[in-house]
Amino acid sequence: MEIKILGGGCANCRALEAMAKEAVAALGVDATFEEVTDYAAIASYGVMRTPALVIDGTVFLSGRVPDRAEVRRIIEGLGR
Amino acid sequence: MTVASGTSRAVALRPWGWVAAGAGLWAALFVANEMVWDRLVFDGFGLDGRLGDAVHFFLFDTGKILLLLVAVVFAAAVLRTFVSPERTRALLGGRRRGWGNLVAAGLGVATPFCSCSAVPLFIGFVSAGVPLGVTMSFLIASPMVNEVAVMLLWSTFGWKVALLYAGFGLVLAVVAGFVIGQLRPERWVEPWVLEVKAAASVEGARPSWAERFTTGRAEVRTILGRVWPFLVGAIAVGAAIHGWVPQDFFVRYAGPSNPFAVPIAVLLGIPLYSNAAGVIPLIEALHAKGLALGTVLAFTMAVVALSLPEMILLRRVLRPRLLGLFVAVVGSGIVVVGYLFNAIF
Repeated sequence: MEIKILGGGCANCRALEAMAKEAVAALGVDATFEEVTDYAAIASYGVMRTPALVIDGTVFLSGRVPDRAEVRRIIEGLGR
Repeated sequence: MTVASGTSRAVALRPWGWVAAGAGLWAALFVANEMVWDRLVFDGFGLDGRLGDAVHFFLFDTGKILLLLVAVVFAAAVLRTFVSPERTRALLGGRRRGWGNLVAAGLGVATPFCSCSAVPLFIGFVSAGVPLGVTMSFLIASPMVNEVAVMLLWSTFGWKVALLYAGFGLVLAVVAGFVIGQLRPERWVEPWVLEVKAAASVEGARPSWAERFTTGRAEVRTILGRVWPFLVGAIAVGAAIHGWVPQDFFVRYAGPSNPFAVPIAVLLGIPLYSNAAGVIPLIEALHAKGLALGTVLAFTMAVVALSLPEMILLRRVLRPRLLGLFVAVVGSGIVVVGYLFNAIF
């Protein structure tokens, strides 16, 4: 799967990315990571609050750093 | 099935149980905070005089403000799960100036955002057809009038000051956004912003109460994590001022009789970046030493509403002219509010 972290490189974005990477590693899912920092690109996803988590083109989270379990659930649900 | 519905009912009630337990613990800590420091500082360590007062002020105030913050941020975060920027934007799209500014300022209070989201929000609003001046009202109101600022002002200066601050802040956001909107600011927005085709946001499913409380807890963690260094620093400096700066020190330089005190305070505050929690304990001490209330509140507004880091972020979407105009309009509005406060109190 294709995982994108949307945000201007703030601390929250890095926290979200770290969680997603952790979940991917734990679940053994095959995924690529990309950081999207371009504001026009962020807007094209309809995201107004960063950080946001986009997987395969769908926005799953925006405007908050979730807890580990939630990220894991999202990725697990898609991995099947 | 009675058993099944009974279980699901218990599950649905469980989050409320946690909240009730949390509230009880909170109240106990609040009461303990009053008693513990008196005993410890004055009786236990036998500190008295200036040092004792300063240490007591620091410990007591830190405890009190942290506890108040936890309660207010939690409650506000839970309430805010009913408002989202997506819904706000939908409400504001196609609004006329005037009414639109008023609604935007009100919604700005209800919709928090971290300053790192200022640019995506701006693009999202503008690309959805929200007029620029209306967007500005939103961006001004949100950091200036929020639950943390109002709660801290309430606990340090009383409810009249807190409500007046909120009222003036809202009026300022409405008027400043309206004025900027009248000046055809579209010419000073970076052209690419107006061409962005923002996708319509999909709104998630209605959250359950358990999810709303989880959001509240997460928000408390994020906000306190961000705010506490500012807060502790401000209280420490405030405690030092309380203990060692001579009474009426500031009256000589920046008391109510100095007509330039307010604009100077605003000019000092504009480049500084902090949040309400990092300013209010400090201004409380400055006020106690003779700085006029309007002067310290104008300083607070300038610090929270305008800051160098936010300007640098907004520079990506706004031309320097509009940025300058934004700072000038909001800054002069704050000066007026400062004078008004000094005239009232």
